[in-house]
Amino acid sequence: MRYLLRNLGFYLLAFWASITLNFLLPRLMPGDPVSRMFARSQSRMQPEQIEQIRRLFGLDDRPMWRQYIDYIGDVCTGNMGISLSRFPTPVSEVIASQIGWTLLLGGTALVIAVVIGNLLGILAAWRRGGVLDSVFPPLLVFAGSFPYFWLAMGALYLFGMVLGWFPLRHAFDVGLSPELSWKFISNASSHLVLPALTIVLVSVGGWMLGMRNTMIATAAEDYITMAEAKGLSTGRIMFRYAARNAMLPSVTNFGMALGFVVGGALLTEVVFAYPGVGFQLLAAVQGLDYPLMQGIFLTITAAVLVANFLVDLVYVRLDPRVRVR
Amino acid sequence: MTSSFDGPVLDVRNLRVAYGGDGRSVLGADDVSFSIGPGEVFGLAGESGCGKSTVANAIMRLLKPPAVITGSVSFKGRDVLAMDPRELRAFRWREIAMVFQSAMNSLNPVLTVGEQIGDIFTTHEKLKKRHARARSGELLELVGIDPARLKSYPHQLSGGMRQRVVIAMAVALKPSLLIMDEPTTALDVVVQQEIMAQIGDLRRELGFSVLFITHDMSLMIELSHRMGVMYGGRLVELAPAKALFAEPLHPYTQALMGAFPPLTGPRVHLSGLSDAPRTAGGCGFHAVCPDDRSDCSHHIPDLREVAEGRFVARTAGGPR
Amino acid sequence: MSVLDPRATPAAPAAPPDGTPPAPRRGRTGLFRALLANRKALFGAAVLVVFALLAALAPVIAPGDPSKINSTGASEPSAAHPFGTTAKGQDVLALTLWGARSSLLVGFSVGLAATALAVLVGMAAAYFGRITDDLLSLITNVFLLVPGVPLLVILAAFMPPGTTTVILVLVITGWAGSARVLRAQAKSIRGKDFVAAAVVSGERPLRIMFREILPNMASVVMTTLLGCVIFGIGAQAGLEFLGLGDASVVSWGTNLYWAGNDGALMTGAWWVFVPSGLCIALVAFALAMANYAVDEITNPRLRARRTKAPAVTEARAVTEVRAAATEAPAVNRKES
Repeated sequence: MRYLLRNLGFYLLAFWASITLNFLLPRLMPGDPVSRMFARSQSRMQPEQIEQIRRLFGLDDRPMWRQYIDYIGDVCTGNMGISLSRFPTPVSEVIASQIGWTLLLGGTALVIAVVIGNLLGILAAWRRGGVLDSVFPPLLVFAGSFPYFWLAMGALYLFGMVLGWFPLRHAFDVGLSPELSWKFISNASSHLVLPALTIVLVSVGGWMLGMRNTMIATAAEDYITMAEAKGLSTGRIMFRYAARNAMLPSVTNFGMALGFVVGGALLTEVVFAYPGVGFQLLAAVQGLDYPLMQGIFLTITAAVLVANFLVDLVYVRLDPRVRVR
Repeated sequence: MTSSFDGPVLDVRNLRVAYGGDGRSVLGADDVSFSIGPGEVFGLAGESGCGKSTVANAIMRLLKPPAVITGSVSFKGRDVLAMDPRELRAFRWREIAMVFQSAMNSLNPVLTVGEQIGDIFTTHEKLKKRHARARSGELLELVGIDPARLKSYPHQLSGGMRQRVVIAMAVALKPSLLIMDEPTTALDVVVQQEIMAQIGDLRRELGFSVLFITHDMSLMIELSHRMGVMYGGRLVELAPAKALFAEPLHPYTQALMGAFPPLTGPRVHLSGLSDAPRTAGGCGFHAVCPDDRSDCSHHIPDLREVAEGRFVARTAGGPR
Repeated sequence: MSVLDPRATPAAPAAPPDGTPPAPRRGRTGLFRALLANRKALFGAAVLVVFALLAALAPVIAPGDPSKINSTGASEPSAAHPFGTTAKGQDVLALTLWGARSSLLVGFSVGLAATALAVLVGMAAAYFGRITDDLLSLITNVFLLVPGVPLLVILAAFMPPGTTTVILVLVITGWAGSARVLRAQAKSIRGKDFVAAAVVSGERPLRIMFREILPNMASVVMTTLLGCVIFGIGAQAGLEFLGLGDASVVSWGTNLYWAGNDGALMTGAWWVFVPSGLCIALVAFALAMANYAVDEITNPRLRARRTKAPAVTEARAVTEVRAAATEAPAVNRKES
């Protein structure tokens, strides 16, 4: 329990730091980017919308501490202003309509990469010097060296354009609308394959090598020798004794990897015009849509923190030693 | 089964373990031969790194490449080194069980004690989980631990309790031979005594033989019937424990005995071991050896029988 | 394990009276020598040297402004333009060569700066401990947890565009992981006897940190440096691909940004986006290989069991380490 509470406190702190950063950036940066934004889009805004944006970016006369408290209040109630690139939709609505696709893409890719990567790592460590151990790591490190979005471009060109196996853009065909039908789900799945595949390809190597290395360290532990002396089957030793321990660092690394994969997913979305927040982020950057950029930053941060907490819950189940700590 | 076999339980002949095969090989054990009779406690003494544990692991075939084992290990007439992986898995723990040096490290930290004991029954006796659990509980009672502890994780037990758990696991299948590799080194003296007494009780009850490995000469002489002293991967002396205690013949044995205080008896001055490491060619010990043994500068001599049941590594022309 | 030397206990090196660390120089030259004998390290170094040369020689091989439009747009690779031209009619080869300059510059600047920051934070946390450690670790963990790309975006969007901004932003987002690794390593060295001896003998904290602790973690600093450079090159490309870099600078990232913007993908002009991406991947792969080489040399357990050739040098390295480990305790024991 103490372990969980401590981590929860830490996540809240991290979120508070993100909000503060968001608050300070427009107020401290030179060159007054917010004025530029206003110059571009003031003409089409309603007076109360202008007022709201001014409030969020500190262009009114309230004292700094007052602005800060109001800002935190605004963020916590989901009031993150109005998106300029999709005027006049509020930022929270824009994000709400798109975060689902990002979670679907990032989540699918992450789960596949983690499962495949860890399995490969276990097998490679178990058969040191075997085919899996000598051929895969360099290949996957090479694949992992490509920028996410470039691999996405390559996959799109090869499998989408040249071979025509998969759809080229968006998360589902034009004319369909999201619903729980077989037709829609299969269509969405086929749109998911290429983006997810590129993320998996880039990230699987890291998981594999991480698992391989901890497995090798674990295999030298006395309890593995003991398990062998007990005459247990190879499978049982490999999974119940070695992998079960070796996966613990993997699980703790999950949190960090999560932020990384989300970042990769954002860029991948841009290439596939996948309608998640990453694709929206590009539009926000091009349209100097600061409220939306900040909203996306906070939302993704919150999502990553929540996911980390969920991982902690799992970790407590996996490692009995932290339960008492 | 093989219970009608009336020779020694374990017979090790010319065991040799080499690490690494590419020109720069290191010998972990060299030409080691001994046997253990039914119900006998055989001790293997020597300082850290002398190859005691290597011998133990070689008998269980727990050494991995690049270790190369040659010689012969026969258990009740069966050739252990020739077993295929299936036979080997069935052989391990049912015939020979092992208690490792550190109980903390030999228990899996993420499984409960019950799961780890149960693994033995589900694997070797194909028991259902529920039955395995009941049997595990009985085992814990045998070593004086509350069966409720089955649900505990290793880190929740004290050092002594963990070692008892490991011992309980070792006798789970009533093996004919128990290898104990420094079973009490990590424990304090009081717990050490309790554990040793417990092992003694279990042995009388279940009648297994023991291969007992330690660097603690006084403990060994108390407990074992016969013993061997290892130095630099080789056996330098092999004798009944009492006779060896009364009159150690090899200068290294004398030095080793001088390094430990006896558990009982008058205070004596401890001499300590010298510091000459064994070198590739020579014994190493010869440099500080109290006797004049110029031939030992090249190798440790083979064992020779000098009296009934007493073997010493020395050259034929050596003194006495 | 070794019979040749039964007392080869890996004890902590005993501290000489004056508190100097036990021959850190030998460790470092040993690392370099081992790197020279490692195939992965050699491969990595060779690729990096080639790219550095190409970047340096870009004005010679492809003189003039690489962004100049000097041909009809979107033509396939030909004798005149070996890598083809972009939709605007720029020579892709020239763009790729000139792009190496900015990408390598930014990548290595980010790597060096982020590593320096990480070394400072990690060592300060490990050396001073207590509140300093708690606070620095907290900050490090916050930076680690906050997802990088969105943070990059808001930072870059609010700062004035330009290469300096890109470098600054990447250092801010990239130092934390290394700091955590370096802190752990420095903390374990901080606990060694020779550091305690140095503290007791009244050496100044800065001297202890940089003369006693740092030389003993050279290999870890090296791997974090390589990791940071990989991050720098990849993240710069990502940032520029989103249009957050300085679009007037030619780099591999902006090349890809323009390739995407001009619809190279949709028109099938693969030659526009392949070279820059491949270059990023090759450089990152070379760095990663060098990184694994350092890892393998310093952590013998990870080494693949391979046949003769490398084994000789590896064996030598091991014996050296073992010799270093045994010398000191042997002296000690005779005295006691």
